[in-house]
Amino acid sequence: MIALLSRRLAGLVITLLVVSLVIFAVMDLLPGDPASIMLGTSASPETLAALRRDLGLDQPLLIRYGQWLAGVFSGNLGQSYTYGVPVAGLIIERLAVTLPLALIAIMLSVLIALPLGVLAAARRGGIMDAIATVFSQVSIAVPAFWVALLLIILFSTTLGLMPAGGFPGWGTGFLPALQALIMPAVALALPQAGVLTRVTRSAVLDTMHEDFARTAVAKGLSRSAVLWRHIVPNALVPILTILGLQFTFLVAGAVLVENVFNLPGLGRLAFQALSQRDIIVMQDVVLFFAGLVIVMNFIVDLSYLAIDPRMRKAA
Amino acid sequence: MIKVSLAPSARLMRRISMGAALSAGIMVLALTPAEAAKTTLNLGMSVEPAGLDPTIAAPVAIGQVTWQNIFEGLVSIDETGKVQPQLAKSWEISPDGLTYTFKLQSGVKFHDGEAFDSAAAKFALDRARGKDSVNPQKRFFSSIASIDTPDAETLVLHLSSPTGSLVYWLGWPASVMVGPKSAADDKTTPVGTGPFKFSTWAKGDHVELVKNADYWNKDDAAKLDKVTFRFINDPQAQAAALKSGDLDAFPEFAAPELMSSFDGDARLTTKIGNTELKVVAGMNNARKPFDDKRVRQALMMAIDRQTVIDGAWSGLGTAIGSHYTPNDPGYQDMTGVLPYNVEKAKALLAEAGYPNGFTFTIKSPQMAYAPRSAQVIQAMLAEIGVTMNIEPTEFPAKWVKDVMTSRDYDMTIVAHAEPMDIDIYSRDPYYFNYKNPAFNDLMKKVQNTADPAEQAKIYGEAQKILAEDVPALYLFVMPKLGVWDKKLKGLWENEPIPSNVLSNVSWEE
Repeated sequence: MIALLSRRLAGLVITLLVVSLVIFAVMDLLPGDPASIMLGTSASPETLAALRRDLGLDQPLLIRYGQWLAGVFSGNLGQSYTYGVPVAGLIIERLAVTLPLALIAIMLSVLIALPLGVLAAARRGGIMDAIATVFSQVSIAVPAFWVALLLIILFSTTLGLMPAGGFPGWGTGFLPALQALIMPAVALALPQAGVLTRVTRSAVLDTMHEDFARTAVAKGLSRSAVLWRHIVPNALVPILTILGLQFTFLVAGAVLVENVFNLPGLGRLAFQALSQRDIIVMQDVVLFFAGLVIVMNFIVDLSYLAIDPRMRKAA
Repeated sequence: MIKVSLAPSARLMRRISMGAALSAGIMVLALTPAEAAKTTLNLGMSVEPAGLDPTIAAPVAIGQVTWQNIFEGLVSIDETGKVQPQLAKSWEISPDGLTYTFKLQSGVKFHDGEAFDSAAAKFALDRARGKDSVNPQKRFFSSIASIDTPDAETLVLHLSSPTGSLVYWLGWPASVMVGPKSAADDKTTPVGTGPFKFSTWAKGDHVELVKNADYWNKDDAAKLDKVTFRFINDPQAQAAALKSGDLDAFPEFAAPELMSSFDGDARLTTKIGNTELKVVAGMNNARKPFDDKRVRQALMMAIDRQTVIDGAWSGLGTAIGSHYTPNDPGYQDMTGVLPYNVEKAKALLAEAGYPNGFTFTIKSPQMAYAPRSAQVIQAMLAEIGVTMNIEPTEFPAKWVKDVMTSRDYDMTIVAHAEPMDIDIYSRDPYYFNYKNPAFNDLMKKVQNTADPAEQAKIYGEAQKILAEDVPALYLFVMPKLGVWDKKLKGLWENEPIPSNVLSNVSWEE
């Protein structure tokens, strides 16, 4: 067990190192020089050279990589070229938007998909099953940003009930901040819920045919007891896997919805940094995303062990 | 500084959720106060500035937040594009044009209490022109040989050569006065002498300014208590924010095709003015076949500018015939020099040796106006047998590298934002690769005089040369698409310099 954990942890660190090297190399290959973007079209070569020196861009590639990595390990992620503030602070500010957004979206999607998927499987071929199928097909097909636009048109510009976008900050209070996040969360949750409904349905169906389910029925347990106590817990492994994937997708991939709602989230930070060639911010954010995926996978693996005693034994 | 390592992200999450819980508690205590008489303004911009110091980075958005609001110059540029005294109340230019003596306002203080005097002005100019300067317009100050400060209210600039545009340039965002003590931190916490003080910057969302109660100029004191600049880059989101009342004004709305959606809105008004953004399709004058003036003229005559404006910008915008806008002094309408005429264009092309046309590539940035204009132009050039391939080119990064730095392109299209930048055609190197000694002479002559009438005359001749030589295809001036609350007064309708000057903005009772 401990051996497994330490093996996984070592793998995690090595993966992150490899990822960091790839990120750094790719960023260096990107055309475009942050200094010339900052100084615009009128800057003279001397001015450019002065700024490149200030930003440390005149250093050789390997030295810059070493400096960056050393910084990351000591908790100093460097200074954003465009904002002129520490990147760590920027990422934390953005996480305060993106993380709650992703969590609300995941919660919504679980609240919709779990009951819907289980009921669809339990009454296979029934009305609930048909509803679940239509729901998951439509919600997967419709892009999140389009749902976002519809929500804005209905609730903001027509009814005037919700803010059309932007984020007031948690400092202005919990309710205004929550209000700013709820529509984007719904837009993000719908396609996720569609996927999750399908996965839940098929996982539950698969589990139904296992021997233990038959045994439980044979022992005389009620249908719903069999379903909720025996089948659903055993169907959780594939569902958790998808949830883990979805969470990382929501944190890293919300950029379109963040754009429509003008939310200062992490996805938009990465997008802006790319167009400004704020390379240091991009490196840090992409490394953060990569780290998040790796750590989430690790957590999902651990949760398998928690759910399923058989896996604990195998480990 | 907040230090965070990436590995223990659980701790990070816990910290964030604690912050959220804490602010939830604060919220209960501090519910939003009821709104009194309106003295606040929520103003939208498409692009968030990169830093808040216009003297160390070029992006236009920096000036649009800070210029005339936080920072002031020795002089300013007014809504009609004219130079007005500001921190310098008057100035004298010696007959040989080499000595500028400025008389400064007295009793002016920066927002942190530091005095503005001739020493501070010298500091700001030395910082802008010094060896380590990263001022995006460092060339403005290149003719300043030395600076004297005979007393606290007198500033004397000694020039190495006459520079007739110097006073105009001193009105620019890149020339604002910064404090010796505060300059180093202006990028994140700008400190100026202006009617508004910097308050907060929630990165990615908004910048907030508050009224400077100790402002030196009572005539120009802020009428608003608080201004929030909100950054919204998606045009649909901009429109939604305006219609839902989240925003009071969007002085430069990004999507012309959505302008008519504000028609009939009881609360909002739309104003269409001119900007300094000249949309031109620059050609590589050093590369065949664009090195032949007849080819360039033929391409110009194959283009109906109004169709470009209709197709690319919903008919909003003003056609131009040279690199000059109706805002600029000495503007002359040059659209008649090479008017739309397909037959003449074909004849010119045949004369230049291309009776069957030719094929080339345009590097088109992703900003909406560029691909749309390029597509319209593509169709019109096909009429004279010229095939134009459109190559999307990411702006600014890839475009700056390919076009600006390497000059590896046939044609490109971009909106030039700098006011009065007709002199770019005399810069060597510059991406057009245009070389014309007669034009260069005019640009020198314009600096030999500080007389506005004389300058206007010379600029007229320069416009004529460009209109006939067409180193670039001159298309149109971008409109300033203003959308704001009907009760809001004092916002600029035209834009002789990119800005959001707010000292005269107020709400009508």
